[in-house]
Amino acid sequence: MAVTAISIVRMKNLFAVVMMGGIYSLLSALIFVNLDAVDVAFTEASVGAGISTVLMLGTLALTSREEKQEKKSSHKIWLPLAVCIATGAALVYGTLDMPLYGDPNAPIHQHVAPRYLTESIDEVGMPNVVTSVLASYRGFDTLGETTVVFTAVVGVLILLTGRRRREKHEPTLEELEEQEDEV
Amino acid sequence: MFLQDGGAKTVQYLDFLSPGLYNYWIVIFLMMVGFYIVISRGNLVKKLVGLNIFQTSVFVLYISMGKVEGGTAPIFGEGFNTFSNPLPHVLILTAIVVGIATTALGLSLVVRIREEYGTIEEEDIHAQEDESL
Amino acid sequence: MIQRKPILRVTSKVFMPFILLYALYVQFHGDFGPGGGFQAGVIFGSSFILYALIFGLHDAKLVLPSAVLEILSALGVLVYAGTGVVSFFMGSNFLNYNALAHDALHGQHYGILLVELGVGITVFSSMTLIFYVFAGRGR
Repeated sequence: MAVTAISIVRMKNLFAVVMMGGIYSLLSALIFVNLDAVDVAFTEASVGAGISTVLMLGTLALTSREEKQEKKSSHKIWLPLAVCIATGAALVYGTLDMPLYGDPNAPIHQHVAPRYLTESIDEVGMPNVVTSVLASYRGFDTLGETTVVFTAVVGVLILLTGRRRREKHEPTLEELEEQEDEV
Repeated sequence: MFLQDGGAKTVQYLDFLSPGLYNYWIVIFLMMVGFYIVISRGNLVKKLVGLNIFQTSVFVLYISMGKVEGGTAPIFGEGFNTFSNPLPHVLILTAIVVGIATTALGLSLVVRIREEYGTIEEEDIHAQEDESL
Repeated sequence: MIQRKPILRVTSKVFMPFILLYALYVQFHGDFGPGGGFQAGVIFGSSFILYALIFGLHDAKLVLPSAVLEILSALGVLVYAGTGVVSFFMGSNFLNYNALAHDALHGQHYGILLVELGVGITVFSSMTLIFYVFAGRGR
């Protein structure tokens, strides 16, 4: 997965970048299966590797395929890298206080989750806890997310439907003034 | 996965070599790769790919925190008693779909920018803006 | 349109009903196995995207016009919120499904089914609509 990410950084051909993005999504779906999150893996495989790759390709068809080759001055390469390494080091320092991987006594497992796991079969009656939490316990949350998806679609429609402005002839300011003079 | 048969108990809390924190380090590495793409590349489509990498790393962080040693997927069945935490799964499940919707919005912005400016490179756009001023 | 790529056309024709069926299975079996509205919507949408990719956008729009999709994407959110409002009027809290049927467990079952249906409809029509718009922009 890390190798794929690095190769995305290096590549200039955007078509290949998008393809590597699909592979990256699929790999992360495999990791999710490994981490016992089958629902999430399912979604990631269908969304990340399927739809998002298609959409990116659609964008590339409308724009250009190659990233511009540019000669970069050295500070343009090293400054972002230094920023990233500094941020990463700070975050690694932060993880030293985090609970260990797979620790059943971690704080995340203490508060709400036990109730979902022990009582949802009596309260909701669904074998799949993820579904019952998604639709029942956190129904408001999911309603909001659905609305976000809907709003995003409305935004895309506003931006991309309608006539192209370049194609119709727009009268410039001078032409308008000329017309006024004629009148 | 890393910690089996009693080794977990002996691992010191602040031991730098402890394998129990690898998942966070992988997440941080991926996150920084995405961050680097976003801040160092001028191509708008590539910036969006970088944002996607960043996003996926956050997903992996959440899911790996929800993992319980010896647990299975949170679907009730015969003979399973320990389950991984379902809460992060729910959050990330919705976040993925919302993420693709917002990515589509970003891509449509890129397409509009391309139609207006004829390029998707940040520097060229800045150059055109300077010329028009 | 000239008949090109016969292999692609025949295989996609064979696969289409199975993808749709699988999406419906994921949609309504989400209570018992992995799945649910979000995934089912994406799979359902991807089958139409496949159709549009192979048979052309024009044919896909004959099967499923984008005006229908626009209505559907709003309808999904309405179904979701409407379930909440119905439970509201049947004497319970907003989005608390216990009151939807005679006993609480059945009420929860119906509520989750309806809500997941709303999510599925919205996600499906959104994904397909986004693809239509992107593909239709080029020409």
